[in-house]
Amino acid sequence: MPAHTITILDTNEQYSCNESQHLLAGMVQLGKKGIPVGCRGGGCGVCKVQITSGSYQSKKMSRARVTRDEEENDTVLACRVFPQSDIQLKVLGHLNKVVKAV
Amino acid sequence: MAMTGILRPGHVQLRVMDIDEAVNHYCNYMGLIETDRDDQGRVYLKCWDEHDKFSIVLEPSDSSGMNHMAFKVRTEQDLWRFESNVKNFGVETKRIPAGELNGCGERVSFVAPGGHRFDLFAEKEMVGNGLPTTNPPPWPEDVVGMKAIRFDHCLLYGNDHDESVRFFVEALEFELTEQVVDGDVQIAAFLSCSTKAHDIAFIRHDEPGRLHHASFLLGSWEQVLRAADIISMKDIPLDVGPTRHGLTRGMTIYYFDPSGNRNEVFAEDSYRYPDSPLLTWTADNSGQAIFYHSRTLVDSFMGVTS
Ligand code: FES
Ligand SMILES: [Fe+2]
Repeated sequence: MPAHTITILDTNEQYSCNESQHLLAGMVQLGKKGIPVGCRGGGCGVCKVQITSGSYQSKKMSRARVTRDEEENDTVLACRVFPQSDIQLKVLGHLNKVVKAV
Repeated sequence: MAMTGILRPGHVQLRVMDIDEAVNHYCNYMGLIETDRDDQGRVYLKCWDEHDKFSIVLEPSDSSGMNHMAFKVRTEQDLWRFESNVKNFGVETKRIPAGELNGCGERVSFVAPGGHRFDLFAEKEMVGNGLPTTNPPPWPEDVVGMKAIRFDHCLLYGNDHDESVRFFVEALEFELTEQVVDGDVQIAAFLSCSTKAHDIAFIRHDEPGRLHHASFLLGSWEQVLRAADIISMKDIPLDVGPTRHGLTRGMTIYYFDPSGNRNEVFAEDSYRYPDSPLLTWTADNSGQAIFYHSRTLVDSFMGVTS
């Protein structure tokens, strides 16, 4: 299975990801960090990234988290993106601090 | 006193982005049983030990999250009584005709102050739990996966937390069973309409209408560990556990369905009576309140909702 190099531009972290793995699975499996990890099902939106170069295939992602426009402009959820080439990306999502008091 | 008014969570309707993946997850991995489908593509499921026709409705959608959660009330008079309670509280209601969901009677529907839609109903078609009612054996032989026993509760993140809790207590006659407080500010509220430790819970948040998890009962801690095995075997995205909660004492594990809706399966939590005292956890101890062993808040658990 071809593997590609994923570069998280914010931190210059790099990792290798198979075409059959989504970008978060590849990152987590190698113990790497940088993209927030949430539901891994395209529902919560915390793994939102901007792909700045490279090609990929994607699965359905929640319209409540990514608009059609965003998706067409490569703003996507990392857990729904499967690399077809080396990829460079910037992190947009973040984990909400839910309870500010805690 | 026997149970009156609102009896239990009757069902939750979840939005899913791929219906086949969702049915596979809930039926083959968690052990729910498909009981019907309708012309909107919705799929109706129940856990094995529930007698009503469905407790989960999967709704094909382009997003995830909760469409609504419904509670079953004991009688039709209760339905109209709660309808007027809700109106008197200042929340608008509407009626949804019987049969809009297959096998469900007329519903009273409203959006509570936290931005979540709730429905009440008195009637639902009964299909039984797969066991005879005379000399029943303890369990049916054909249940698979985690063997979820029943849909138990939801934890919701909504805005206007204090009003949400007041609404459930005053209009819907729930009782506050456990809470997390930071000084005067309540951060989490666990509410019961029964003898369960909770039938619904709310966490203070700044966005309306979010689902944290839908939860299902298992029979024992051993069954929770077995669920953890299945989560790894089937490559289900794990969130946290297996572990124990301080709040409600339940043994638990959290994971996500294929559309990113969080599920919990749990066992052996506490119980209450109407005269049980309110239990309070302080915010400086919230790590232990939530995860009793690690005593550490987990970012993904706290910050991820659908
Ligand atoms: S982790 Fe939830 S949308 Fe990707
Ligand atoms: Fe729960």
